Amino acid sequence: MAELISLREAIAGLIHDGDRVACEGFTHLIPFAAGHEIIRQKKRDLALVRMTPDIIYDQMIGMGVARELVFSWGGNPGVGSLHRFRDAIEKDWPAPLTVNERSHADLANAYAAGASGLPFAVMRGYVGNDLPKHNREIKSLTCPFTGEVLAAVPSVRPDVAVIHAQKADCKGNVLLWGIVGVQKEAVLAAKRAIVTVEEIVDALEAPRNAVILPHWVVSAVCLVPHGARPSYAEGYYGRDNKFYSDWDDISRDRETFLAWMNRHVMSTADFADYERSLVGAQSKQVSHG
Amino acid sequence: MAEPNYSADEMMTIAAARLLKNNMVCFVGIGLPSAASNLARLTHAPDIVLIYESGTIGTKPDVLPLSIGDGELSATADTVVSVPEMFRYWLQGGRIDIGFLGAAQIDRFANINTTVIGPYAKPKVRLPGAGGAPEIAGSAGEVFIVLRQGARTFVETLDFITSAGHLDGGDARKRAGLKGKGPSVVITDLGVLKPHPETRELELVALHPGNTKEQAIAVTGWKLRIANTLETTPPPTQAELETLRALHARTARAHGNAAA
Repeated sequence: MAELISLREAIAGLIHDGDRVACEGFTHLIPFAAGHEIIRQKKRDLALVRMTPDIIYDQMIGMGVARELVFSWGGNPGVGSLHRFRDAIEKDWPAPLTVNERSHADLANAYAAGASGLPFAVMRGYVGNDLPKHNREIKSLTCPFTGEVLAAVPSVRPDVAVIHAQKADCKGNVLLWGIVGVQKEAVLAAKRAIVTVEEIVDALEAPRNAVILPHWVVSAVCLVPHGARPSYAEGYYGRDNKFYSDWDDISRDRETFLAWMNRHVMSTADFADYERSLVGAQSKQVSHG
Repeated sequence: MAEPNYSADEMMTIAAARLLKNNMVCFVGIGLPSAASNLARLTHAPDIVLIYESGTIGTKPDVLPLSIGDGELSATADTVVSVPEMFRYWLQGGRIDIGFLGAAQIDRFANINTTVIGPYAKPKVRLPGAGGAPEIAGSAGEVFIVLRQGARTFVETLDFITSAGHLDGGDARKRAGLKGKGPSVVITDLGVLKPHPETRELELVALHPGNTKEQAIAVTGWKLRIANTLETTPPPTQAELETLRALHARTARAHGNAAA
């Protein structure tokens, strides 16, 4: 049953050290505010799951939150590498990171299997691919009806799913639209779910067949306007592409990265405070740009 | 010879766009494939169906997306489906004619690597990984690949096979049980390569204007085969160039010059 609580309370109460946590969002509606709060609260030894780890996972990995990463594409879209992700994999900094690498089709199916209460997903995939040589979780089975050999992969069953959505109502029913990725599956596959939202309204007034997560499958709903920035929330704000390209310089070097994180995340009280700290930093940049 | 009024990258994108037809359903990778696919849509193939793995079907972006899930793709799509649905019903379901991919490395049988340079456990360079590519390469009706041709990209042996091309050649794909026909063409900044009908080894079949086969041989990491009839790509038309440049200019403006 969804509780309408602060993000600080939700992360403190629902995410524990060692948990398997999926902060999902496929370019759109990425839960940045929740990721920051996980970093602020110094959660440790998390097994992070995400199809497309981008800047927020780069920040979480660089700040030592993760012991394991389950993923299928790790990069800064349109910009290049994730430097903290690469530093962890290539140089074990700040700590060794166990990599459990899959393909998109695999993880998409694995979330759907998790949401369906099944132990594994079956799909046509990985033929001629080197990943199964390095990831022993990727197996195959023979179709009992046709004899076709298919890939079998374990379902994703996170302890906690974390997503951002456009709206919730006062009861905690959640509505999202646009590119909805695997968020519904992630929430239904998880034991607990935290949803940050742009706004809380009296009634969702959603069309039939809209993507709605009923309040009774969500543990906590937290009001965090702009909580997906610098990614975007369709109907609310666009993607801050400049931040994505600026991140390349901020994150390239360990010292610069740590200084930035300490100033904007560790030294701020919440996401609104973080946004205020960025405005200050930006006006400085503009003055010498 | 006078300097051409276009760049090698522009020729590559235009040559790639020309291969896409108006009646095709194309699953589009980000970067060069996305530029070529949208150029095709804005020139000779206005009704081509472009699909991105973020779930956007029949999308008609006015500017090129920086990421695979930009708002522009969602806002201009016929419909947006979830990512599991995209991979299950639309790709695995066999509804894609062309999978259009880029790559970091390619070998003579058009297998591609987007995972690591160096050993997997201790990579020299950690690349982004598979994304949707392995199953696009497996399940799309056929696959087009676009990448720049150079010593670091056209290699004798891949460090990692992320997505199957023609495996070790011949009918290897069929024997392995792959549904799609696999890569049917590779477009580079130098020319065009196609798999030999029997061995499935890539052969240089066309050069873009001004390039020589010696150039292509020199930058290819294996002994590059040249087709008996080597064609020359017609140079870009004024309309193609203007459309491509306007698309890049709109894109740069929209992204605050973050990408062009």
